Parts: sequence; C-alpha cells; structure tokens
Amino acid sequence: MLSLLGVAAVVIGFALRMNPLLVVTAAGIFAALLAGMSPLHIADAFGTGFASSRSISIAFIVLPVVGLAERFGLQQRAQDLIGRARRLTAGRLLLLYLFVRQTAAALGLTAIGGVAQMVRPVIYPMTEGAAWRTLGRAPCAELKDRLKAHAAAVDTVGAFFGEDVFVAVGSVLLITSYVNANYHLHLDALHVALWAIPTAIAAFAIHGARLLILDRMLSGTGARQSRDAGGTR
Amino acid sequence: MIGVHWIYWLAGAFFASTGALIAFDAQHPRRATSAAFWLLLGICFIAADVRTMPAWLIGIGVIAMALLAGTGHVVARRVAGGRPSAPASEPRPDARREGNLVFAPALTIPAVTIIIATAAKGITLHGQPVLARGQETLIGLGVAVIVALGLAVGLFCPRRPQLALCEGRRLLESVGWAVLLPQMLTVLGGLFTQAGVGGAVGLLFQHVVPDQSRDAAVFVYAAGMALFTLVMGNAFAAFPIMTAAVGWPILVQRWGAHPAPLFAIGMLAGYCGTLCTPMAANFNLVPPALLDMRDRYGQIKVQVPTALALFAVNCLLLLSVPFA
Repeated sequence: MLSLLGVAAVVIGFALRMNPLLVVTAAGIFAALLAGMSPLHIADAFGTGFASSRSISIAFIVLPVVGLAERFGLQQRAQDLIGRARRLTAGRLLLLYLFVRQTAAALGLTAIGGVAQMVRPVIYPMTEGAAWRTLGRAPCAELKDRLKAHAAAVDTVGAFFGEDVFVAVGSVLLITSYVNANYHLHLDALHVALWAIPTAIAAFAIHGARLLILDRMLSGTGARQSRDAGGTR
Repeated sequence: MIGVHWIYWLAGAFFASTGALIAFDAQHPRRATSAAFWLLLGICFIAADVRTMPAWLIGIGVIAMALLAGTGHVVARRVAGGRPSAPASEPRPDARREGNLVFAPALTIPAVTIIIATAAKGITLHGQPVLARGQETLIGLGVAVIVALGLAVGLFCPRRPQLALCEGRRLLESVGWAVLLPQMLTVLGGLFTQAGVGGAVGLLFQHVVPDQSRDAAVFVYAAGMALFTLVMGNAFAAFPIMTAAVGWPILVQRWGAHPAPLFAIGMLAGYCGTLCTPMAANFNLVPPALLDMRDRYGQIKVQVPTALALFAVNCLLLLSVPFA
C-alpha cells in the first residue's frame, strides 16, 4: 500500500499545476525509493525505459518536411482551398476527418492522420478557413484555441475508437494474450475486435453530434456579430 | 534485414541539429540550457544503441534533461512574426507557384508509410523477411520522411537545403519539453509496476466491490478501468490489474459474464479515461504544443464531454451484453 504514495505524488503535482515533466520524474524517483531501489538501479531504470520507448517519439521526424511545406505556403493553400467549398463548414469538415480517421484506423491504417502529419499542416488550417467564412471575419485567439482543440480531439477520438476494431492491434492482442495465458481461455482476437464495434459507432455519433453543435455555435457567433455591427451603425 | 535503429539515429540527428542551431543563435533567450537539452536528447537517442554504453549513464542524461526542462530553462525563441529560424536570404513564400502540389510532401508521408507497412511487409530474401517483424510501420515512416524531404526540396527549391532543418527546429522548439514527456511516462509506468502499484490498486478495488449486486460490480469494473487509466495514462496498464481484481474472479467466475464482450468493452471504458488525462501526454499534451495552443489542457477540456457520454454507453453495454 506504501507504493500508492507514488501515485498520490503524481496527482498532487498535477493538481498544483507544476511542470508535468518535473512531476513525473520526481514521482518516478519517489516510487522507486519507496520500493527500495538503489540510486544506480533508478538511473538504470530511467536509461532502459528511455531506450525502449523511443518509438513513441519517432513521429517528430516529420517536422522538417511539414515545416518546409509550411514555409512555402501549405497552410495558406489549405485555407484557400476550403474557401471554395462553400458547404463545408468547420464542423462538417472535422466530421469528415473523424470518419476518415476512424475508418482508416479500423482497417489498420493508423498511419493516415496524426497531429504532426495531418492536423497541423492541413486539417487545422482548413478548419480555421471554414470558420472564417462562417463568422465573416478572422476568429479571435480564444476561438482559434477552441478550434485547434477540436481538431486535435477528432484525431485522437477517431484513432482510439477505430483501431480497436482492427484485429491485429495492440489492445486486442493484449486482451487475448493476457486472458488466454492467465485463465486458460481460448478467446479469438476477431471476437474481441467485433465487440468494439458498438462503442465505435457510439463514439462517432456522440463526437460527430458535438461537431455539428460547434457549427451552430459558430454560425450563432457570426450572426450575433453582424447584428451588433448593424446596431451600432 | 532492415531494422529500426537507423530511424532512431535519424531522429537523434534531428534533435541534435536543433541543439546545434540554438547553440549558434546569439539571440536565443536561454541559449546554453536550451541547446544542452536538445543536444542531450539527440545524443541519448543515438547512444542508447551503443552496446558498451551503460544504461545508468543514459538514465542520468534523461534525468538531467527533465530537470533542465522542468525548471523552465528550455524555451523557444519567439520573435515578432514567429519566424526565428529562417535565413534572411530566403524569398517570401509564394503559395500560388506550386498550387496544390504544395500538399504533395505532407501527403507522401502516410502514402509511403502504408505502402511499405503493407506491401513490403511480405517481401523475403533468402527466406528472411527484409523488414524487421513488427517494426514495418516505423520503418515505413522513416523511409517516407526521407522520400518526402527529397520531394519537398526538389519541389520548393529552397536556396539552402538546410532550411528544412531550420523549419523543423522552429516546430520542434514550439513543442518544447513536451517532446520528452511521453517517454518519461513510460519510465514512470515501469517504476510504478516495480514498486507494486498495480497490486495495491487491485486490492483496493477488491475491497470496494459489493458482494450482492451484479450491476454494482460491473460498474466498479468499468469505473476502475477509467480511473486507473486516468492515473496511469494508459488503459493497457489498467487492464491486467482490474481484470485480475474484479473482471475475472467476480464478473466471470461468480456472475457468469461472457469474457469476450466483457474484456473488449471493459478496455474501451479505460479508453474514456485516456481521453481525460494529462498522463496520456502523447495523445493529449503533445498535440496542443504542436498546434501552438495557449491552453495546454484545452484538448482535454474538449474531450471530457465525449468521454463521459461514451463511458455511460460502455456501462450500459457492459450491464447487458456479457450477460445476454
């Protein structure tokens, strides 16, 4: 039960809004000390943990490509392009991306999408461009933040509740290998993946509805602004 | 056989080059410490593959990075216009010249990744697979980035090809210390496991499961998955513990739940926790940094309503489907 103090350290650190990196490092050292590890063992654990988890950080190698394309007008072009598709509002655009991301992930193609590769260079600029048209002017900084949050959330929700439907993915294999090894069952991966479908559909319906609500919020703001502007004239 | 290590070296070289560019940037507000952070990250990335390198030495480097960044000594250089790194000799960007071809490098990345991850996966040479098994997507990404970079340089013809590194540095610096956080959380997960956190949590939940009510036990299982994921940032860590504590002994053995739907939907209840926690940094904190959001927790705030609604759906499914 003493080890739960390490968890408490994480919760307190985040609650105090301290730097997450510092909180996580300190809590790790704290938990290791509680477990009676020597300083050399702790340093060893940090080294091996870092080495074996490098694949998480690999996505950052796309940044030179994205940065170079941005320098030559990628985001501007994405906004121009969306300017021509009149019926594509910010919410509908994100709904379309949610559908593509989730379907692709369900087919095992999680490489389609991602915030570094797709949202920052293409999806977000298009969303901002579409919102601009609905509002009739540039979105304020606060609204931009909100649109960015929505664009990132669509990417995450789509990936999470899509990939679980795919058979050969980490979570499905974890379930079958853990349960079959420990409880001598013979669960089939396909069966487990199948039972992810109801939640996947619910995720699309719920998050999709919220994107359409975002659209109503945007057009409401736009209409209110133009009315206010008319009133002062 | 083509392995995955050269991609780590490629990433390490990119991180180190960012450090070098900062080291030569006289106007950087935290030049020495920021350069040290990125150089150290690049060196650790590459050094982890050197056999003679003791792991504790890398560990000390990792802790040093966390201290540098966690105490606010790693910052991005920001100047008016937000373009710190572009050499003055580069012309202004002109979006019209390339037209929609400007999308080509960015779209090349997923296309090439998928081609290699699926098509090249089956290729064998002398009975050995050409690509290391289980690493096909990572290898695909590495190849895709090189192809896309070549395409981008050929398409845009920047006066100096190293402009790609300068622009990469600009984006990497705007992500900042969050780059290290996902890996640090993996380390934390490992240390928690060694310290016996999982067993303690399991024991705790075993005590709160009511004896007489099947529905209440189902709810404890789902809520335990979500809450434990909230703390650990990873439903994969929560699953074995909640299953050993509640899922298998109480729901399957006592109440006769069907295992396949129970465990599949139970895992998804955990995913609802992932949507709400800063501990899942690569999903919830890195994207706001990549998008230059002012509120680092803005994405989580948007995801919470969806997570709550989905959690309710998962609970309803868990109450009915495994017992049908």
